[in-house]
Amino acid sequence: METLEPILAQHPFLEGMERRHLELLVGCASNVRFDAGKFLFREGEEANHFYFVRHGRVVLEIFSPQRGPIEIETLTEGDVLGWSWLVPPYYWRFDARAVEMTRAIALDGKCLRNKCETDKDLGYELLKRFVNIVDRRLQATRLQLMDLYGD
Amino acid sequence: MTAADLVINDRVTIDRAHLDLMFAALREEGCRLVGPTVRTGAVVYDDLASTADLPAGWTDHQGAGSYRAEQTGQPALFEFTAGQTSWKRFLHPPALRLLSARRAEDGIRMDGAAQESMKLAFIGVRPCDLHAITILDRVLTGDRFLDPNYRVRRRNAIVIAIQCGRAGGTCFCASMGTGPKATSGFDLALTEVIDAGRHCFVTEVGSDRGADLISRIPGRRSSADEIQCAEERVARAAESMGRVLDVTNIKELLYHSYEHPRWDTVARRCLCCANCTMVCPTCFCSTVEDVTDIAGDTAERWRKWDSCFTADFSYIHGGSVRSSGRARYRQWLVHKLATWIDQFGSSGCVGCGRCITWCPVGIDLTEEVQAIREHQSPTSAFVIDEETEDGDS
Amino acid sequence: MIDKAPDPIVPRPFRIQRVRRETEDTFTVELVPVDGAGGTSFVPGQFNMLYLFGVGEIPVSISGDPNEGSKLVHTTRAVGTVTKAMQRLKRGSFLGVRGPYGTGWPVEEVAGSDVVLVAGGMGLAPLRPALFRLISRRERYGRIVLLYGTRSPADILFQKDLEHWRARFDLEVYVTVDRAMSSWRGNVGVVTGLIPKAPFDPSQTTALVCGPEVMMRFAVQELVRRGLNPSDIYVSMERNMKCAVGFCGHCQFGPHFVCKDGPVFRYDGVKELMWVREV
Repeated sequence: METLEPILAQHPFLEGMERRHLELLVGCASNVRFDAGKFLFREGEEANHFYFVRHGRVVLEIFSPQRGPIEIETLTEGDVLGWSWLVPPYYWRFDARAVEMTRAIALDGKCLRNKCETDKDLGYELLKRFVNIVDRRLQATRLQLMDLYGD
Repeated sequence: MTAADLVINDRVTIDRAHLDLMFAALREEGCRLVGPTVRTGAVVYDDLASTADLPAGWTDHQGAGSYRAEQTGQPALFEFTAGQTSWKRFLHPPALRLLSARRAEDGIRMDGAAQESMKLAFIGVRPCDLHAITILDRVLTGDRFLDPNYRVRRRNAIVIAIQCGRAGGTCFCASMGTGPKATSGFDLALTEVIDAGRHCFVTEVGSDRGADLISRIPGRRSSADEIQCAEERVARAAESMGRVLDVTNIKELLYHSYEHPRWDTVARRCLCCANCTMVCPTCFCSTVEDVTDIAGDTAERWRKWDSCFTADFSYIHGGSVRSSGRARYRQWLVHKLATWIDQFGSSGCVGCGRCITWCPVGIDLTEEVQAIREHQSPTSAFVIDEETEDGDS
Repeated sequence: MIDKAPDPIVPRPFRIQRVRRETEDTFTVELVPVDGAGGTSFVPGQFNMLYLFGVGEIPVSISGDPNEGSKLVHTTRAVGTVTKAMQRLKRGSFLGVRGPYGTGWPVEEVAGSDVVLVAGGMGLAPLRPALFRLISRRERYGRIVLLYGTRSPADILFQKDLEHWRARFDLEVYVTVDRAMSSWRGNVGVVTGLIPKAPFDPSQTTALVCGPEVMMRFAVQELVRRGLNPSDIYVSMERNMKCAVGFCGHCQFGPHFVCKDGPVFRYDGVKELMWVREV
């Protein structure tokens, strides 16, 4: 089976990362597939992975008793999903469901956390990149909250 | 002298007594004479039946939020300055029917309202107000669209200006380059000259229509002495301005001061009463009212004066863009002194001082501009917190 | 373009051919002139003042196909007295029309470029004519991309048009909603989130942006982040209007009269103003 290194190296999220760090990531990476309708993870579960979506569509949902599941964001090819593996106590805050068959690269968060503790540079490189994603999501969420198209 | 003998800039002297003849000549032409007269303790512009309606002997004392007219017992007819009203109410009326509509079987019939064709004769237009009229010309007939109502009234109006012999307490026309001497834009410009033994008007011809009018009144070419007297009077007015407005780079100054703290200061005083916009000779904002009769068969659209100070002036679905008084005062000032220049090629302010006099809380825009100029905002948003620096106290 | 200058005061009578409900609070009205003679040409982005006899007059974006010369189509939300009354009108009723007024989208000027249209909520209404025009002269442009975001699936406007556009091979259409129930199979997220990955070449793209002001501010930032010049971005502003001809003063936005200097503005000309509060 060919290594995932070239695929990861080309991903915009990892642009500028040193070869040795990439190799560390590859060591924690695997190709995964979710069939349509399957959940990548559920709210409350332990968060031990994050994903590079390669193909397909994933929707983030929060379930509310009277209203049912409310969709808050859709992620597609090229998106990075999940940073709860970095935030103690490491559990998912919402559901993620594959709307259609989805292929992704899964990175083992537990494994990576350990590697980051020993190689602080790797930790910083990853945190720098995740902060960017969190910032974008936060902005988007705020805009959604404002209900701009309402009265 | 006949009209043919006179050219633009010629000076003709007419006696006080002959002013009545000028009124008569204008009335013969079918003009509606409007000019200064005293009503409820203030000088306003209204219909004049004869020269007896002019404010003979009246003068005024004006300050921020303060106006007092005073009868001096002197014979001078034009010793006051800017009155409560301006000429815009005759050219750009406070209420005007724009169109009428009625239901018909095959739809709605809509017709523009007939234009008023009455000729107006403006008696005693001050230089600042002359500029104000020119500014309104530009706004309402000099741009992409034309206001037909304004154009008809304006074209038919005869303008008899009066040069200012004294500056009022809130006047600053000298700062705005609009006075105290009128140099163009009039048919005739009078300067009142009163001294030992004479009460006359040195009259400058400003147009063919003015030449024609003055030629029908007994008069003589002005003597060098009379002309000099007239010039000196106006020069004295220029030196005694009540206010000064520094217009150096004023557009850039205000464009860079949208977040200046001074807006908060003035907002604490401003009542958003809209007095300033009502008395201002160039404020032109209006609103539209659609009314219908009870049966619902006929409808009319009226245009009414409006003011950017009203709460719903800037209303769009959901709320007003400028809901705070701060934003509304800023809009008025920045428009008048800055954005007007980009819109119409000149300042919107003529330095008449009416907004200062008639503001109930005495806000003075010359003072506001000065404050903005002198205290440009600090570059940093925070200051070092002295108290906690040392750890105690 | 326009054959003669529109009257500044007197409306022309038009008859309603159709009133169509688009969503719960949005409707489209189609008008034909009473006297039969033209007067229906316009530039995409322009608006008309629609007069409802005895009730009032409001500015409404023209939302129809500029190539369809026989009628005028407008879309608006029913939020005030006039619009609520207008929504209840039937075929055969009459409206007065003044216009068209305002500046339009630079559809002719951007031949040769990629064009991305970013529409938020009602913003799709004044952009739809631009898209019709672009499509009718498709060979003149590079890639054409429509990004459309609205509140929820029930608020999606012009569903049929969107389906036709998506079916074409020479257009890219992305629709997203702020929130949805799980029955929605489409995208969820703010429309600005679609900009980073949209398929256009920033070095030769013009963006046409229309929607609530906040949405336009954020959309413009994303476009600039992707490499567009401020001079290649156009926005459509909205302000209170009473006269639509630059006399009433209500629509001022800094030195600009939205009725005659806008509503379409090139972004670099209004850059600073868009970030000043209450201007």
